Amino acid sequence: MKKSNLSFFAAPYVVWMALFVVLPILMIVVYAFRDAGGGFTLDNFARIEEYLPVFARSFLLALIATLICLLIGYPISCFLAREGAQFQRVAMMLIMLPMWMNFLLRTYAWMSILENTGLLNRLFSAVGIIDLGNLINGGLNSLCAALNDLFGLALKVSRSTNMEYFKMINTSGAVVLGMVYNFLPFMILPIYSVIVKLDPKLVEAAYDLGADSVTVFRRVTLPLSLPGVLSGITMVFVPAVSTFAISQLLGGGKQLLLGNLIEMQFKGSAYNPQLGSAMALVMMVVVVICMAVMNRFGEGEEQAVML
Amino acid sequence: MTKKPSALSRVFMGLIFVFLYAPIFVLIVFSFNDSSSRSIWSGFTLNWYVQLFRDQQIIDALYTTLAVSVLAAVIATVAGTFAAIGFYNMRRRWSAPLMTINNIPMMNADIVTGVSLCLFFVAAFSLWGQAAAWINSSLGTHLPEKLYLGFGTMLIAHITFNIPYVILSIMPKLRQMDKNLVDAAQDLGCTWMQAFWKVVVPEIKPGIVNGLLIAFTMSVDDFAISYFTAGSSTANLAMRIYAMTKKRISPKVNAVSTLLFVTVLTLLIVINVREARQEKAQRQHAQ
Repeated sequence: MKKSNLSFFAAPYVVWMALFVVLPILMIVVYAFRDAGGGFTLDNFARIEEYLPVFARSFLLALIATLICLLIGYPISCFLAREGAQFQRVAMMLIMLPMWMNFLLRTYAWMSILENTGLLNRLFSAVGIIDLGNLINGGLNSLCAALNDLFGLALKVSRSTNMEYFKMINTSGAVVLGMVYNFLPFMILPIYSVIVKLDPKLVEAAYDLGADSVTVFRRVTLPLSLPGVLSGITMVFVPAVSTFAISQLLGGGKQLLLGNLIEMQFKGSAYNPQLGSAMALVMMVVVVICMAVMNRFGEGEEQAVML
Repeated sequence: MTKKPSALSRVFMGLIFVFLYAPIFVLIVFSFNDSSSRSIWSGFTLNWYVQLFRDQQIIDALYTTLAVSVLAAVIATVAGTFAAIGFYNMRRRWSAPLMTINNIPMMNADIVTGVSLCLFFVAAFSLWGQAAAWINSSLGTHLPEKLYLGFGTMLIAHITFNIPYVILSIMPKLRQMDKNLVDAAQDLGCTWMQAFWKVVVPEIKPGIVNGLLIAFTMSVDDFAISYFTAGSSTANLAMRIYAMTKKRISPKVNAVSTLLFVTVLTLLIVINVREARQEKAQRQHAQ
């Protein structure tokens, strides 16, 4: 059958994409290979070497956050899919609801919870957990000192025994927490939408054929939900590795991430768009390679729709 | 197999919901706090709400957020609908690479999209400056020679990252549609314009509505792309809050979050109750 002639409907958008998607990306590539005067240089990439620890930290923290999201998101999607239709509808609404509040507001709320004089530390000291921590640290210190004396070891004996609060904000743990909190819905939604459509007859058939529940999960449920898992991982990892607001708010500028570096090159004190472009380009390439490698595992599977 | 949900799974889900809502709860409670502390409770007040409506900066930011989100969502939905229909009717050889490009803004990190658009706008403005200067001097017109990042550039950026989501939600509906419907309509005497309005649009309407909602959500939630494309004269709510976190944050922010949360919650409840009612009516109709 001859396709009808409506394909010209896409023409304006093709022009729009060329202008506002393709050209800007090309600008990044061009800037990455330029010096301040406009000549060709590879200096920007050489300078990135100084920032390798930041690259490593960004990818590590994003990876940890993605793993935690997966470990929470997968089971919760399975549990949800077993509930009644009404329950599922309300639960999904509750999971989506925080997304309509700006994520900076939600991250800001964590600041007041995690602060040194914040709510969680108040709770801890009221219940006596902080005293308990001091006690344990004191015990560990004397134990280590004894071991050091006995065996000539060099174990740490300087654990603090007079803490007034646990240090939670401005640590990498707080940054990971912020990532998990903000991006967890992006993990749950795609996995849930795949699992809920999974044909229960397949699982039934596997049980009938003698598989135990571990085998059923490994050979039936998991492979069939893989597209959702892969798209969830992408949707958490990409924003996590490039965030700069979360690390600014919860890391207090001490846990510098890639996003903060790039931001500083464009808007901050260290104005250097060429270097910033090179960083953005390297990040983009590494992320694309990661995704390409990962998607090989799910090859042939249908692309999961995200929302 | 119909495994009943176990108590353990309910507890797990409960904990996750506590995790998701605890910070929001804290935000709301401290919007009524009678001091500017964000962790010590010192009595009930509505003072922060009163002050919120006197704070022109926050009100402006709220207005900017809503204006950009509504405009971007509506424009992106219209443009995305046409684009999706166009892509659908294209030969695969053409549509496949175009869809890949279309996916770029969704797959790319926000910061990369923001930075790339920022570079592009600055370069485009300097080109425009030269062109305008030349035109002004040769024709004696008064075109503005200097353009700045602002509301317009932010809007363009939002439209750009919204359209892919709209296309993504319309495409499946187009694929489900019976291809012969358009031909049938045209055989029966419709022009392609009439076929489009009377056949295609009603068929894909759920996808269009869904796309509009996703686009709006994305725009309201966006920070990074706006941050790089809005310049220094315009700010949406997220940018305003980010700027505040570098100094001292006033509980007015808590008040504005509470208002947003209540609005969204009400909207969602209304939508859900309506949907549930419609489904019920349909079921009764079927019986």
